[in-house]
Amino acid sequence: MLAHAIFFYFFSILAIFSALMVITSRSTVNSVFFLILDFISVGCLFIMVGAEFLGMILLIVYVGAVAVLFLFVVMMLNVAQQKQSWFVGQKSTHIPSGLIVSVLILLELLVVVGGWKYKENIMSSSNLVIDKSITNTHSIGSVMYTDYILYFQLSGVILLLSMVGAIILTYRKRENVKTQSYLKQISRDKASAVMLKDVESNKGVKIDD
Amino acid sequence: MIEIGLGHYLTLGAIIFFLGVIGIFLNRKNVIVILMSVELILLSVNINLISFSIFSGDLLGQIFTMLILTVAAAEAAIGLAIIVIFYRNKGSIRVEDIHEMKG
Repeated sequence: MLAHAIFFYFFSILAIFSALMVITSRSTVNSVFFLILDFISVGCLFIMVGAEFLGMILLIVYVGAVAVLFLFVVMMLNVAQQKQSWFVGQKSTHIPSGLIVSVLILLELLVVVGGWKYKENIMSSSNLVIDKSITNTHSIGSVMYTDYILYFQLSGVILLLSMVGAIILTYRKRENVKTQSYLKQISRDKASAVMLKDVESNKGVKIDD
Repeated sequence: MIEIGLGHYLTLGAIIFFLGVIGIFLNRKNVIVILMSVELILLSVNINLISFSIFSGDLLGQIFTMLILTVAAAEAAIGLAIIVIFYRNKGSIRVEDIHEMKG
């Protein structure tokens, strides 16, 4: 129990510190690095608390794909050298109201957490009880592909939509670049593409005219 | 202090949520940091769902966490694509340069 507490405090302090650094660090590349650190700490917390599959998914999907995508965009857009911290430059007019709203949200959440009580018969409200005898991945898989297959496929559709959307948004036609014209290719027919010629001996054929 | 319960995880989720919201409001740099704050908020939601799932012995929270992960990845891809085309058109993604809609 002591080890659990020690690891919890270690990972959660790391997560909070790196979340703070994400929103306050000066260069955007540093923000992305701290975002990666934050994802890794929270993934370790997930693994520690018993959701191994989701911890690993968090590492693979977030750190391996999303954070690297952020890093890629930051480096591609050349905003890394931007020397623009919060308080330099034009002051925003909605910082005070934003602070008030954020602090109120934190207070509300803490009040809710502090006043929370465990209902006696909360376990009877669901039939998806975690089975301790099989692994976490096994139990998620046995439910996800049977009872929740609709949600699984819907999330696949969401991913497909986002892929199509990202490609359509960033696609641009360039001038002076040789590309295939599919319409031209498939609309050729035999009459325009094939030509028969009589070739006399020792004379050759002039193809282009 | 030694006994780590549900409240500890919920407090962690609340603090990370708060930091994400404050990052959206206080950000004076560029739009990518706003997207990262949104990722932080979704992460705190995941922390809440998983801790409730574990501490109440119900698997449903972990399945919904998978769906939130999917939506977060899709949102990051679309948001970054929008940022890329905005940069291509305007040459800047600083927050104060984005005022077409006078928000």
